[in-house]
Amino acid sequence: MSQKNGKEVLVSVNDLKLHFPIMRGVIRRQVGAVKAVDGVTFDIYKGETLGLVGESGCGKSTAGRAILQLLKPTAGEVYFEDRDLTKLSKGDLRRARRHMQMIFQDPQASLNPRLTVGSIISEPLEIHNVGDRESRKERVQELLRVVGLNPYFISRYPHEFSGGQRQRIGIARALATNPSFIVADEPISALDVSIQAQVVNLLDDLKAELGLTYLFIAHDLSMVRYISDRVAVMYLGKIVELGSRDDVYDRPYHPYTQALLSAIPIPDPDKEARRERIILKGEVPSPANPPTGCRFHTRCQYATEICSQQDPEFRNLGTAVQSHMVACHHAEKFM
Amino acid sequence: MTTILDVRNLVTRFYTEDGVVHAVNGISYTLDEGESMAIVGESGSGKSVGVMSIMGLIPSPPGKVEAGEVLYNGRDLLKLSPEELRQLRGSEIAMIFQDPMTSLNPVLTVGLQMTEALELHLNMSSAQAKERAVEMLQLVGIPNAADRLDDYPHQFSGGQRQRLMIAMALSCNPSILIADEPTTALDVTIQAQIIELVQKLQQELGMAIIWITHDLGVVAGMVQKLAVMYAGFIVEYGSVHDLYNLTSHPYTLGLLNSIPKVDARERTRLSSIEGLPPDLLMEPKRCPFAPRCTFAVERCWEENPPLISIAPAHSSACWQWEVVRSQSKVGVAA
Repeated sequence: MSQKNGKEVLVSVNDLKLHFPIMRGVIRRQVGAVKAVDGVTFDIYKGETLGLVGESGCGKSTAGRAILQLLKPTAGEVYFEDRDLTKLSKGDLRRARRHMQMIFQDPQASLNPRLTVGSIISEPLEIHNVGDRESRKERVQELLRVVGLNPYFISRYPHEFSGGQRQRIGIARALATNPSFIVADEPISALDVSIQAQVVNLLDDLKAELGLTYLFIAHDLSMVRYISDRVAVMYLGKIVELGSRDDVYDRPYHPYTQALLSAIPIPDPDKEARRERIILKGEVPSPANPPTGCRFHTRCQYATEICSQQDPEFRNLGTAVQSHMVACHHAEKFM
Repeated sequence: MTTILDVRNLVTRFYTEDGVVHAVNGISYTLDEGESMAIVGESGSGKSVGVMSIMGLIPSPPGKVEAGEVLYNGRDLLKLSPEELRQLRGSEIAMIFQDPMTSLNPVLTVGLQMTEALELHLNMSSAQAKERAVEMLQLVGIPNAADRLDDYPHQFSGGQRQRLMIAMALSCNPSILIADEPTTALDVTIQAQIIELVQKLQQELGMAIIWITHDLGVVAGMVQKLAVMYAGFIVEYGSVHDLYNLTSHPYTLGLLNSIPKVDARERTRLSSIEGLPPDLLMEPKRCPFAPRCTFAVERCWEENPPLISIAPAHSSACWQWEVVRSQSKVGVAA
């Protein structure tokens, strides 16, 4: 595995792009493209949790799927343990998938209602030809225990479980093949508040016990701060800021990050009364027709002429060891 | 302050094939003119059913409002005929819902939907109604309002649709606005816009608001009063300051502790509420929170604690409220 600043890089994403074509007319001519992910570059270190935040439509889920090759990227490279996933053959990719799994947002939609919990969790084992029938069953029971469910539930169906329990089943399925990397796409946003903490604690424990690496995609900024080691903020298909959790939350350099953070509700009436909100004007522009230059300039209170002309470089304003990347022409203003 | 809404001992049940669902089990609260309060609870806590009962929106069968009084300016809403209630809804008590698409008609233009209510409730002529509709759209910040009356709901973005709902709800100058999770489907920056808008309009128009939400964080800064619901009961009720600082019910405390603090310096493990929400098919005889409660004592398994006043403007339904309060934010600091 390649090294960077003394840390092992497990996943390295380089200028990843995913454009969905817009087709029109009888002959389905391509008239444009929705640039869902438009050139993102970052590394995920072994054993860390990288939080990916942004508003709906910013491309964060698409980025997660493109990294796992569940959607074919339009351009760019994704290195997983130093192999470029975008260049692998179908068979090689399938073998590589053992080591990288996904947890989905809606456990109701991602579990087959006609299969028992046992079949759902053992399916990845069958696909990858792991063990025989008997050992698979043992493994499923073990996994159920690991995620805090009774192994006796093995022959039940998804509808017999609550939302939080179903998410645990989804987690067990993701763990079945002993992956080293997991993309968790909004794993808690469909759950009740009191259940969210249970699932987050479980993910945390599993990471410590099994040495997992997470890409945690979410829009809940407080939860992302809690679970992540580093945080990337996405806006309209690009990463605008990336740094350690405390750097991004305590010293945000990008005006968009600042606005996002100021909008988080705080469960404390006294603090709420004192704080000032940055209310962004307007809404996120369409990714089919993003603004020129800096994509945020149409809503940014600091925007100047250069912002509408030049796409800002994604540059490091932190140290070599602890980088704090930001894509803003005026970032120095906030240092 | 005059009380505008006085809900007393409201009971709503659903008679289903599987048995009787005890959705709302005798809740009482009051709302003053121009006041904003929040009803907080998780899915299945009865927070939405509680206000739907007030508005006469419970489908019957299977639902039935079985007991209680809902006094609005002295009139009991539960005794009104469907026709009388219909006149009240939308004009004096208005509601906005979580998902604007379920309450906007996709095949009618926005202008038609907005003017319909105005012509019905306020007897406006179509020209007057149109003028008022444009005025409302401008008020909620929709650009080119006059041109957009002929557009259909799908031509608006999610945040704009929520603004449309607000414009429709406020067009008849209601004295009470009930907002059922109006921002959960929205992103934080849009959520901040909508909350700011509603608060600004509240000040301008002087209406009372009931926010229904599952998120204790969202309402902290914007209401005066809070009712926390669990399993169809109000388990804690009082001023926002008391509920956040002198929390006296283990469920409220659990909810507050399970939200990570975005401004927290060090990382402590999240405390979660173990177990699952209760089965509402069971008749509540003991404290419904007891199976998940870390403060529970024997009495909790035998008797359901009533909501009792523990301080001026603060009530709790917990036998152990004093112990819980010592663990609250101020209690721990003391």
